[in-house]
Amino acid sequence: MAILQVKNIKKRFGKTEVLKGIDFQLEKGEVLSIIGSSGSGKTTLLRCLNFLEFAEEGTISVDGEVIFDGKARKSLKDAEIRKNRLHFGLVFQNFNLFPQYNVLRNVTLAPNMLKIDTPENIEKHARELIERVGLTDRIEHYPCQLSGGQKQRVAIARALAMNPDILCFDEPTSALDPELTGEVLNVIKSLKSSDSTMIVVTHEIEFARDVADKIIFMDEGVIAEEGTPEQVIGNPKNPRTQAFLSRFNQTFA
Amino acid sequence: MNDFLSVTDYLLEGFTVTLELFGLTLLLALPIGLIICFGSMSKFKPLRWLVRTFVWIIRGTPLMLQLIIVYYGPGLIFNAGLLPRFPAALIAFVINYSCYFSEIYRGGIESVSRGQYEAGYVLGMTKTQIFFKIVLLQVIKNIVPPMSNEIITLVKDTSLARIIAVYEIIWCGQDYIKMAGLIWPLFYTAAFYLAFCGLLTLLFGYIEKRLSYFRS
Repeated sequence: MAILQVKNIKKRFGKTEVLKGIDFQLEKGEVLSIIGSSGSGKTTLLRCLNFLEFAEEGTISVDGEVIFDGKARKSLKDAEIRKNRLHFGLVFQNFNLFPQYNVLRNVTLAPNMLKIDTPENIEKHARELIERVGLTDRIEHYPCQLSGGQKQRVAIARALAMNPDILCFDEPTSALDPELTGEVLNVIKSLKSSDSTMIVVTHEIEFARDVADKIIFMDEGVIAEEGTPEQVIGNPKNPRTQAFLSRFNQTFA
Repeated sequence: MNDFLSVTDYLLEGFTVTLELFGLTLLLALPIGLIICFGSMSKFKPLRWLVRTFVWIIRGTPLMLQLIIVYYGPGLIFNAGLLPRFPAALIAFVINYSCYFSEIYRGGIESVSRGQYEAGYVLGMTKTQIFFKIVLLQVIKNIVPPMSNEIITLVKDTSLARIIAVYEIIWCGQDYIKMAGLIWPLFYTAAFYLAFCGLLTLLFGYIEKRLSYFRS
């Protein structure tokens, strides 16, 4: 059974319809990459999954259980929203680390506050995660002492510390200097081999081709094309996908 | 009677009143300012409008005038008796400084990025947890410089209480002009303000340094 099933998600901001009915599903351990130009609705879709925005229509199911229904969104209680959010983790474009806490505290803060385990186990797990993203020697550092790539790796460890079913990345390398994107992409790649289920919104087409099991190309609030990387990037059928990818090839060739 | 030591002694008496007015104003205006700040950021429009209009009136008129109104106003308008001088001054100062503090708080809160709240939300935290564990210290760090500025201004603004004859240090200094025709005691009051503001500057410098280990 699919771990995530999204059906007919619609979202508007004022008069602009940003998502016009999005459907997709994701199996456990799969990596989905969402590509598309700015304003196509990619980020809004991720924000709907993490309940930072609320879709007006559509349903979101995790492990077969409907956790969100657009029709019932007004009656959702804060506690339910918080519980549902824990199915998902989100890594932001701008990291959003907590500046007053060191690396370890950034990772342990939420698990300790929500008491998901004993403080000793939480710290042990956090140290393992920090090691996995290669920052053990920076564990006492504060965010302002880290490079952008290091910050983003801490943000990934922080999101993993809550053991989300599905980890979402919102353009995780867009705020980084080109020479720093590699270290972040490598961490994401390493997560794939450990069977994490992930959704990665990205402009790194090469990376999407390498890592994703499935690619969605979004355009003006709809899924214009979806399939394996070979299908969508290697052999796009939709003229819009072709135009988008050829722009990339021109820019990055 | 008019030698340096006895003048110092007499001025110190006045300066005690100055410090009382300063300390009590701070003690009351810091929390009241926070309440006003929440009012001015309220999602309930009439309340926000009301609070912001109040802040505009208080910040848009001289403190000296507010002192006179609080002291003489109740008697003129309601035919009530005059308030004692010190409480009247204290009320005017607390109202005035609460409004200034509320704007500093508002600036501090609004300068914390949305991303900080969102990072807390996606990790499953409650609004209260986010405010106290993530936002508050960043707000405090942001407001230390404007707050220290405003608090040092308050030290010197207490001299305005002289207009309704509160016996603070300026009043005491002026006493010597009337009593003995001496003007230097009035000039000498500056030393007291300088010493106290110097202390405060050191204190705020220390706080800023303690909070400099992170950057928001």
